[in-house]
Parts: sequence; structure tokens; C-alpha cells
Amino acid sequence: MSAIIEVKDLCHTYSAGTPFEHVAVDHISFSVEKGEFLGLIGHTGSGKSTLIQHLNGLLQPTGGDILLGGESIWKDKQTTRAARFRAGLVFQYPEYQLFEETVFKDIAFGPKNMGLSEAEIRERVLRAIGFVGLDEAVLEKSPFDLSGGQKRRVAIAGVIAMEPEIIIFDEPTAGLDPAGCASLLENIRAYQKATQATVLMVSHSMDDVAVLADRLLVLNHGRVEMLGTPNEVFQNATRLTEIGLAVPQITALFLRLQELGIPVDPATYTVSDAMRQLLLLKGGKADA
Amino acid sequence: MAVQKAVTISDLHFAYPSQTEAEPLRIFDGLDLAIDEGSFVAVLGHNGCGKSTLAKHLNAILLPEGGSVHVFGMDTKDEDLLLDIRRTVGMVFQNPDNQMVANVVEEDVAFAPENLGVPSGEIRRRVDDALKAVGMYDYRKHAPHLLSGGQKQRVAIAGVIAMQPRCIVLDEPTAMLDPQGREEVMRTVERLNREKGITVVLITHHMTEAIRADRVIVMDRGKILTDGTPKQVFPQVELLKSAGLSVPATTQLIYALNEAGCALPPDALTTEECAQALYAMLKA
Amino acid sequence: MLKDITLGQYFPGDTVIHRLDPRTKLLMVIVYIVALFLCKWFVSYGVALAFLATVIILSKIRLKALFKGLKPLLIIILFTAVLNIFYTDGTVLVEFWIFRITREGLINAFFLVLRIMLLVMGTFLMTYTTSPIALTDGLESLLSPLKKLRFPVHELAMMMSIALRFIPTLIEETDKIISAQKARGADFETGNIFRRAKALIPILVPLFVSAFRRADELATAMECRCYHGGKGRTKLKQLRYRRRDVLSLLLGAVLLGGIITLRHFGL
Repeated sequence: MSAIIEVKDLCHTYSAGTPFEHVAVDHISFSVEKGEFLGLIGHTGSGKSTLIQHLNGLLQPTGGDILLGGESIWKDKQTTRAARFRAGLVFQYPEYQLFEETVFKDIAFGPKNMGLSEAEIRERVLRAIGFVGLDEAVLEKSPFDLSGGQKRRVAIAGVIAMEPEIIIFDEPTAGLDPAGCASLLENIRAYQKATQATVLMVSHSMDDVAVLADRLLVLNHGRVEMLGTPNEVFQNATRLTEIGLAVPQITALFLRLQELGIPVDPATYTVSDAMRQLLLLKGGKADA
Repeated sequence: MAVQKAVTISDLHFAYPSQTEAEPLRIFDGLDLAIDEGSFVAVLGHNGCGKSTLAKHLNAILLPEGGSVHVFGMDTKDEDLLLDIRRTVGMVFQNPDNQMVANVVEEDVAFAPENLGVPSGEIRRRVDDALKAVGMYDYRKHAPHLLSGGQKQRVAIAGVIAMQPRCIVLDEPTAMLDPQGREEVMRTVERLNREKGITVVLITHHMTEAIRADRVIVMDRGKILTDGTPKQVFPQVELLKSAGLSVPATTQLIYALNEAGCALPPDALTTEECAQALYAMLKA
Repeated sequence: MLKDITLGQYFPGDTVIHRLDPRTKLLMVIVYIVALFLCKWFVSYGVALAFLATVIILSKIRLKALFKGLKPLLIIILFTAVLNIFYTDGTVLVEFWIFRITREGLINAFFLVLRIMLLVMGTFLMTYTTSPIALTDGLESLLSPLKKLRFPVHELAMMMSIALRFIPTLIEETDKIISAQKARGADFETGNIFRRAKALIPILVPLFVSAFRRADELATAMECRCYHGGKGRTKLKQLRYRRRDVLSLLLGAVLLGGIITLRHFGL
């Protein structure tokens, strides 16, 4: 396995040298393996948004460097521009960036900017629309006639159609209802399986990222607080609550059970895992 | 003792005119609902189930096509009562940015009393009280766009409190907020309900918020699917799932364990209740 | 980024000038501008300058901030000055090729530059010391007699204050849309004017769509808060003339009278 993203000692200070100076990202280093699903967690103002806008070169670091596939994205102008297409970024509430007359044209905007041929663009748009779970019938509709959830999917398809090696989602499910959340997350999971893309996902919902991500990166005040598998991170569940982050509901429950003296693993975060442990404990009791 | 009804809806019919198709978009086809004064009611349902349309009927932003909506005895169709209805039933929306009028917090909170022609001195008192009630008094001179989402939403609530309403309807007030902002808003709403006796109608799809209400109404396709205390509603896991709602993980766990033959109380909703139930089971 | 643009240019403070009623400040600016245009010779300009200097000192606004406001106007000021130097008839001082510089031309140009500078600095001083919301209130109150002529004074003031409220929000939104389109490879920096103009569509369309959505939601929210036009509305902060306002207005009258007198004597 090789690292596809390397973040090296990244710093970003806004409005440096003015009274509004604000350090958003403070010496962050980590790397992401090819094909990995990384969950990014932190409360508002922890530097998540600033960090992800560095990965595709939208923001220029005030210190440190970003390497994609071993090469600095700031090497020259072409590399910087190429970074936009190598790391696709889906912003929060991406539906507000739709602008074309038809869904097709909107999804084609990215691929067109890449200078692809008409035939290639068409193919990519069709593939993208499939990944986000929309019917091809919407392609000729105006994006503004769609429902909120459909608009979001079209906007995501617009980034997927660039077929980036890395795709970054900033709170993809914000504002959706539970059914919408669940099906969108399922689409993202299926997309990653099919394309082997590297996925980064920012989320406030620990329950969501915990089941999807291979590893979690927890940010606090612009620094890396924790980095590891969900299991490793939730070992420090108490620390998470200290820095104002909610732990998954099951983890919270198991922390409390541990306090009550029941020998459970507090790093548990799925219902099925929890059930297995509890039934085992109960069974153990019954046998004794 | 008879409690006064904050809201009485009988046989409500409503449809939106459709832009693309000839058929209008039917929302309600005979909805009946009553809400007691002083209660804290959560209305749950997936997008498009009619909960926002219901909210807009409570302060005469929308008027019934058939049937009637009464708030504190006032018929929303009575045009002469319009201002009285709107001042009695305050409304808070999802996007805090789009409900603030002024670029100073206290001026924004003063907006409704100004519209109602309240004298200046009285406005000052109401604004200060409202900002204190939501814990934003220290920010009264700030510009709204520099506040966090949770703070903005609390200012929006203060703007409604300044009308001295008897009921507040909140339409997904936490949908755009982070967990911290959500908690701030929920605490504020709970306090207003408990301390000031204001009737609260909270529209949400966060189950963890609905658990905090006295009464939960689950809606689906313009109809009431189930209605009761959280302890009565949440154990109906299958029904909730069929309405496109997710059940809190703890409730799911209890449900699954009971399916596997355990005998846990299905109405253990909070983390603490759930932990105690499991503790009791394992120690037994 | 766009966020860094300062708007409203208000420097909060607690000086006499800051505390003056916004209506007083608006009226004083009008009086001051009229006086400036009546200035004729060094003495009257001197009086106007002295007046402005006093206000600047009282307001504790730094000169640097005021000069910064002049910067964008520099080219216009220089241009009019040059025109005046070359195109005024009178006693010739220097003559070469087709150009002729006259004594009157130089003096005219000097007065013109001085007048523009005094005018701009005076008006900036008002916006620096008055919050936009106070200015709006002041304007609404001053224009209220026009209500009798069915002039929509309240509506205008409401529009101004809503615009002030939403400008920062929309700027932030524009920033976000630009970033989002850049992330899809949009290129705003290269190409000829036509291509660059076309590149703005992906920004402008979402911006307008969002502005309309916001307007729609805001209108509903305002209705929910019992907004029904300007009729019967009261104010949190009522404007009230105080002694300092009366004194200022008297001073304004003296300034105007003085300058008119000086003009009469050709000073």
C-alpha cells in the first residue's frame, strides 16, 4: 500500500499580520492510503473545512506541503490545476452550486473543464448519475425542478463525473431526513467499492462515520487530536466527550455500563457488536 | 380539570397548486389534531410528509381549504385576528440566516415588538428579557453574521419571545446546526417550555430531540401515523422504520435483544434508562 | 478573498461626534457641502478646513483612515486638476508647444482639488462615525415629511437595512460558490474578456437563485413576526435631538452664514 495523500506539517493562518489573524490549521501531518475511507471529525472551527480545501489546492498552505501520489501539488501551475481533478471536493450543501439548464449539462461541467471529448463526457455523466442512485430520466430536466435530496445527488454526481482518485465529502448528509441520509451513505459506500477511490468524509455524526470509515482523524483547535481505526479512537471515548464531541450512542451506553461494573468494551459502536457482547455476557451468566 | 387547547385542528384539507401537473399536490385530507396548552410536542416524519405545511397552518401563513384551525380559540381564517394569531403563535425556521432582519442582534429582536407598535421603553424591556431567556444578552450589540449557527438560532428564538407568544412552533430548527448548536437550541426550547409555560411544537427528524418532548406525533403522507408519549411511540420500531424514520441506536439494541429472547423494557429510551435496564438484566 | 473587503466603514467610538444624532450629522454634511461650494478664496477655504479639522480631532478618527478613503479618487482628482491647469485663461506663467499654464489655472486647480478633498473627507467622516443602521434611521426620519406625498420612505429605509444585513451573508456565499466551482475546474483567471464574462455564469446563477430563496424565506419570517408595513410601527431606539445637536446645528448655520459673508467680500 502506498500513501496517496501526504499532509506534511500543514499550517494555515487567515489574515496573517492583521488584528483578525487566526490560525485555522496548526502543524498537521498525516497520510492517507490508496483506497482508504477516512472519516474527519471535529467540532465547528476545528479546522476541518480549511484542511480539506488544501487537499485539492483551493487554499495555499501558509506553511508545510500537500503531496498527492508523492508529488507536491504546488510544484508548478499544471500540477496545482491537476490537483483539482485528482482530488474531487464536494462542499457542504453542494446543491447550491447548481447552475446549468439541465442536469446533464451541470454534471458535465467538471469533465468539460478537464477538456474531455463529448463522447467521454457523455459516458462519465451516465456513470455518475448511476452512482448517486438517480434515474437517467432526470438528465434532461432542469436541476431547479428537482427535490432537495435529488439536487444534492446531482451536485455530487458533478464531482464524481470528474472521476477523481480521491473524493472528499464535507457533511454530505447535512439537512437530509433519516431515510435520505441512509440511502446517500449507502451510495457513497457502493461508489467506493466499485471504483476503489480514496474517500475522505467530514461528518458531525459519529454514528455514521464510525461504521463507514477505516480510520478516523479527530481534529481539535487545528491540531490532530487522534488518528486511528474507529476501535482505537473510541478507546478514548472519554477524551472525545471532553473536547466536546459526541460519541456514538452505543459507545456512550457501553461507557456507562462499564462505569456500572459490567465488563464490556467501550469501543463498541455498532448495534450488532453490542448485541453479540451482551448476549455473550448474558449467556455466560446463564451457564454459570 | 380542563386544560385549554393551544391548537385545535379539525378535518383539515389542504393542497398546493402544482406548477407542472394539472393535479394539485394534496397534503391533508381530513386531519384532526389537538394540542394542550403548556405541552411540548414533537412532530416527526420524513421530508414531504406534511409537517412543515402543518406548521404554517398554525399561524395563518397558510389557510385551510376545508375544515378549520383554531389557536387559543382564534380561527385562523378570521382576518381581523391575523396579528393576534401571529403574536400568539411564534414561528422559528430552519435557516437562521434567512429570518434575521437587522444587522445588530438587539435591533433584530426588537423587530416584532416594533411591528406591533409597542412603546420604546417596553420594547427595550422585552428585548433584554428575551435575550436573557435564550442566553444571548451579552451578544446584544453583535452583528448576526459573526455568530455561530446555534447562537443565531437562539437570537431568532429571542425575536419570537419578544412578542410574548403563548406557543412557539419550530420548523426543523436544528437541521443546519452542529451537535453543539443543536444542544444549545434544545436546552433553550426546553427551558422556555418548563419555566415560562410556553407551548412548544417542535418539528424535527432527529429522534434524539423528539425523546425530550412530552408527546410525539409521527406523520406520514399527511396523516398521523402514531401519537403518544415518547415511551409509547419509540418502541414501535417497525412502524417508525416504515415511515422513513431511523430509531435511536439504543432503542434498536433493546429491540434486537428482545427479538433474541431477552425481556427488556422496550421503553428504556435514554442512555441512562437503557444502561440501567441492561444492568438489571445482566445482574439478574 | 472577498471577505476581507470592509463594508459600512464604521469605526465604533464614543466621542461627541459619534454620539450626535444621525439626523444632525446628515444635515451638517449637507450644510458643509453647500458651504464648500460657496467658498471663493483662501480665507473661506481656510474656514472650511478649520471646521473639518476640528471635527476630525473631536471624532478621534485617524487621518490615515481618511486619506485611505481618498485613494480610489486620486485619478479623478488629478485628472480634473490637470484639465483646470491647462484650460483656464488668464495671466500666462509658462508656455510651451500647445500648452499654456496660467496663474488662474493653477489657483483654480488648487481650489478644486482642495474642494474635492474636503468634500470627500467630510462625508467619510460621517460614515466613519455613524453606524449604518443609525444612518438609515436618520434618513427615514428626515425624509418622513415626504410620506405625505406617498413617497415610500419606510419601505426604502427597510430595504436599506435589509441590504446591510444581507451583504456580508451574500459575500460569504459568493466566496463559497467560487470555491465550489473552482473545485470543479472552473477557471476565472485566464482567457479574454468574453471568456471571463462567460466564466461568471456558474457563480451568478447560483447566487441569484440563492438570493431569491433567501428573500422568499425572509418575507415569510417577517410576516410571522407581524410585519405589516410601516403603519403603526414603533422603534427600539427613538431618535431625540439633544443640546449637543442644537449646538451643532447652530454652528452649522454660523459656518454657512460666515462663508456667505466671506463670499460677499470676495474672500
